Amino acid sequence: MKYIFYPGCSMERNARAYLDSLMAIREPLGIELEEIDDWNCCGATEFMSVSPLAGHALIGRNLALAEQQTNGTHTVMAGCSACYLNLAKTDHYMLESPQLSETINTALAAGGLHYTPGALKVRHLLDVLMHDVGLEAIQRNVVRPLQGLRVAPYYGCMILRPDFDHRFNYPEYPAQLDQILGVLGAEVIDFPMKLDCCGGHMTQISKPVALELIRRLIHAAAEYKADMLVTLCPMCQLNLDAYQAEMNHYFHTDYHIAITYFTQLIGLAFGKEAKELGFGKEFVDARPALSRIGVQVPVTEPVATPKPKRSKQALPMPSLTRDKGETRR
Amino acid sequence: MALSSADTDLESLPRLPEPPVADLSFLDKVVAATPGVPRLEMCIQCGTCGGSCPSAADMEHTPRQIFAMIRAGMSDEVLRSNTPWFCVACYYCMVRCPQEVHIPDVMYTLKSLAIRAGLYENAAGPHLSQTFSGYVEKYGRSFEFGLATRHYLRHHPISMRGMAPLGLGMLTKDRLTFTPVRIKGLKGLKAILARARELEEAAR
Ligand code: SF4
Ligand code: SF4
Repeated sequence: MKYIFYPGCSMERNARAYLDSLMAIREPLGIELEEIDDWNCCGATEFMSVSPLAGHALIGRNLALAEQQTNGTHTVMAGCSACYLNLAKTDHYMLESPQLSETINTALAAGGLHYTPGALKVRHLLDVLMHDVGLEAIQRNVVRPLQGLRVAPYYGCMILRPDFDHRFNYPEYPAQLDQILGVLGAEVIDFPMKLDCCGGHMTQISKPVALELIRRLIHAAAEYKADMLVTLCPMCQLNLDAYQAEMNHYFHTDYHIAITYFTQLIGLAFGKEAKELGFGKEFVDARPALSRIGVQVPVTEPVATPKPKRSKQALPMPSLTRDKGETRR
Repeated sequence: MALSSADTDLESLPRLPEPPVADLSFLDKVVAATPGVPRLEMCIQCGTCGGSCPSAADMEHTPRQIFAMIRAGMSDEVLRSNTPWFCVACYYCMVRCPQEVHIPDVMYTLKSLAIRAGLYENAAGPHLSQTFSGYVEKYGRSFEFGLATRHYLRHHPISMRGMAPLGLGMLTKDRLTFTPVRIKGLKGLKAILARARELEEAAR
C-alpha cells in the first residue's frame, strides 16, 4: 500500500525515534511511503494564533504539493497528531466553505500552487495501521511477543478529536491502539486517561498548568503499575518524557514512567534491534522495562554535537552529571 | 362589561423600558476573522465546553463566558482574558458542543486579535506564537533550538538554569540541532503567506 507521507518537523528531529521505528516496520507491514517533496512546517498550534488565514495557507502549500504527487494514491499520511489534524482541518474547512477555498487558493496562486478541496484523504498512521494493514497482518509478523510488558496506551487529543472523517467509531473510548499493543503480546491496561491532553505548547506559556496536566497522566500510569506509556504523537512523547523530571521536581514526586512510540514496540515485537528503533533517545530510561522482557538496549554513546560559535550566549549550559542517575529506575 | 376603546388609550399608558440592544459588531468581527464556518452565533450557552475543558480551572473566563462576552460586545475584556492563551487545543469542547461551534478556531482568532491590538496581560503566549511563526516563515520549517533559547531567555531567564539539563539532553540525544533546515521553495512560501495576510487585512 502506497501513501503520500508528511513527516513534519518533530519527526525529523526531536521525535526521530518515531520516524526511525516507522521506517523499520514499514517493509514487513507492506507500507510504501512517498514523502511530500519540499514540504513545510504545518505551523503546529502557533501559526494560527498569529494569523489564522496565513496558517491555513501555510498548510495549504503542503496539500497543494501533495496533490501534485497523487500517483496511485490519494491518501496523505502523517504520524504526528498535530500535523495530521492541521492538514485534515484545512482540507475539511475548504470543503465546507467555498469562500475559504477561494481565498486560500488566491494566496497559493502567489506561489504558483493550487489545491482542490477533497482531492486528498488525510489520515493518521494509527488509522492506516488499524484499518488498512489490519491486526492480522501485524500479528503475523510478531516473532518476539512482548509478554510481561505492562503498557498504558495513550492517544492524546488530535487523532480522535474532531475526527472529521469519522475514522474512529468510539471517539470517547477508542480501542485501536489497545488492540495493536494486545496482538504484540503486551499486557494492556484499560487506561482511563488515554484521551487526556498532554498540555501541548503549554510548557512554554504556563509551567504550573502544563506540569499539572503531565502529572495527572504520569500519576495514573504509575497507579496502574504501567512499565511504559505508549504514545503516537511527538508532542505527547516530548511533554511526558522530557518534562517528567521537572514535573517530579515541581510536585516532589519520583515517577519514572518510560514514554515510547507504538511503532517502537511494534518493531521490537517484529524482532528488530532496539537501536534501529531509536531506543536510547528517551529521557526517562526505557531500559529497565525492556530488560524485563529480555531486550537489551546498548548504551548509546552521546552524539558528538558541533560546538556553536557563540555557545555561551546561545544557551547557558552549566556542567551537569544528573542526567543518567535521574532517569534510572 | 366590555371596555370601550377610550379606556385603552395606549398613548396614555406609561412607556415600557426599551430592551437593551446587543452590540453584535464584535461577534461579527470574530466570526469574520475565523476561517471556515465557526458557527459561533449558534452558541446556546449550555456550558458543555467549559465543563470539558482541562484548562478551565486556570482560565479567567470559561469558554462559555467568553462567548457571552463576545456577544455582549465586551471586546476589551475578551482580548485581555488569558482564556484563549490557556486553550491547549484538545478539541474536547468542539466534539461535545451540541451546536458544533468551532471553539478552538475561535480561540485562535481571539489570540490573533489580541496580538494585533496589543491586548494581553502575559506576553509568554503571544511571544511564543510569534517567535515560532517567525522561524517557520524564515526557513519553512520550525526551529526548536532557536525557539527554545530565544523564548527562554526572554521569558524564563531564571528557570533557564533548570532548563539546561533538558537542553543539553536534547542535544546529546540528537533530538535538537543548532542548524535550521531550509526548504527549497522559500520564495514561493513567503509570497503565499504575504498574499494570505493581505487577504486577511482586506476582509477586516
Ligand atoms: S458547548 Fe457549544 S453551545 Fe454550549 S456553551 Fe459551549 S460553545 Fe456554546
Ligand atoms: S480546545 Fe481549548 S477551549 Fe476547548 S476544551 Fe480544549 S483547552 Fe478547552
